[in-house]
Amino acid sequence: MDESELAAVPKLAGKAMLRHDNVRDVELLLLPERVVLLNKSGAAILGLCDGNRTVQQVVEQLERDFEATDLVNDVMTFLKDARGRGWVVVT
Amino acid sequence: MTGMPQPFGLLAEVTHQCPLHCVYCSNPVELYERSSELGTDDWLRAIRQAAELGVLQVHFSGGEPLVRGDLETLVAECRGLGLYTNLITSGLGLTESRAESLVSAGLNSAQLSIQGDTAESTNLVAASKRFDKKEAAARIIRDAGLPLNMNVVLHRVNLDRLDAIIDVCVEWGAERLELANTQYYGWALRNREQLLPSKTQLDEAVGVYERRKAELEGRMELLWILPDYYEPYPKPCMGGWAQTALTVAPDGRVYPCPVAEEITTMEFPSVRDHDLEWIWADSPAFQAYRGTDWMPDPCRSCSRKELDFGGCRCQAFALTGDAGRTDPVCIHSPDHHLVQDALDRANDGANGADGDADGEKLVYRRPTVSARRS
Repeated sequence: MDESELAAVPKLAGKAMLRHDNVRDVELLLLPERVVLLNKSGAAILGLCDGNRTVQQVVEQLERDFEATDLVNDVMTFLKDARGRGWVVVT
Repeated sequence: MTGMPQPFGLLAEVTHQCPLHCVYCSNPVELYERSSELGTDDWLRAIRQAAELGVLQVHFSGGEPLVRGDLETLVAECRGLGLYTNLITSGLGLTESRAESLVSAGLNSAQLSIQGDTAESTNLVAASKRFDKKEAAARIIRDAGLPLNMNVVLHRVNLDRLDAIIDVCVEWGAERLELANTQYYGWALRNREQLLPSKTQLDEAVGVYERRKAELEGRMELLWILPDYYEPYPKPCMGGWAQTALTVAPDGRVYPCPVAEEITTMEFPSVRDHDLEWIWADSPAFQAYRGTDWMPDPCRSCSRKELDFGGCRCQAFALTGDAGRTDPVCIHSPDHHLVQDALDRANDGANGADGDADGEKLVYRRPTVSARRS
């Protein structure tokens, strides 16, 4: 894993809104003209993309929250895709 | 509400007032004047009820929604309820201070329309000389920190300019561009002979779209809204009648689709008289074409009935006078000749098969608002 990628700081794009939908009881990402239904892990990752945590810190937090190990590859794959879709920006 | 679909989107048509006079205006041929518009409290109530119903996104449209001085109040209410808000604007009337106050209220995004790539084309299609205002609006939207989405309605008069239109949107910094081929309702149906492109013209435009979409990948998202007259099967309009979204018109009437008001044989309920939940789930208008039970043949026995839901009820009504018939766009529709005849004329050499259009024959949307009262 590239050290510089782990040091990057992901942030939810300004146009995106993350929320829980009480009516349908699901996690959602709202974008212009689009609603994305997130699974539990996707919502958890995006919820940590606050512009303060590095990717490394996001991974560590998720491993604590989910009592899991070796999440780094899954998180990196998800974030790469999310960045490509414009959901997340990286600084 | 077992089995009852829940709407995702609310199109809030807060006014019919508009500075433009587009030849394809999708609003009803007769418009509501300001005195019949819903007040702020009525809108706030409708928005709260929409959120309870499952609505997640509110698109403020019109007319030109900026005409309403209480737009910030409505946006703020949405924000408080966790609803995503989108301003659909002509850009006329958008100042820096207005954009700032809307963003402070919680506005999430904006969609700016253009009619062509130059001042001349704006004037030809919308009878407005304010193309400069649109460029300024694009800058104002971006400076306010909002994602800039743009849209352009495509037709015989501007399809040949598609490359240049896309250039304008790139230059102005759009993240997303909707290339919406004209849908023939209301005003557009009146001008259909002038707006319907030839097949040759359309094929060339599709080529431009595909080339630019690949070229702009990662920079600007391009969307192509299909010209349904040239499709063999109808569009799955709104994902089926009363399935995914609802429209509240300026006077408070509620429709399953923005052009359903044209179905004059139906009675649509108003938020002035009923809760949105009753309107959505129980009102006769919303139940009329929900699902597949209402379908006549050829839809009833068709394997595509869950794919396109019989097409568009408004188009069926506009062309046949019966909203319950198969969308005439469908090649299996007994009324398909109504579409085919229009296509034949659009591709007839005498009418300019290369896509020539006669701008002088276009009928502009005037007056902007008639004396109609609800």
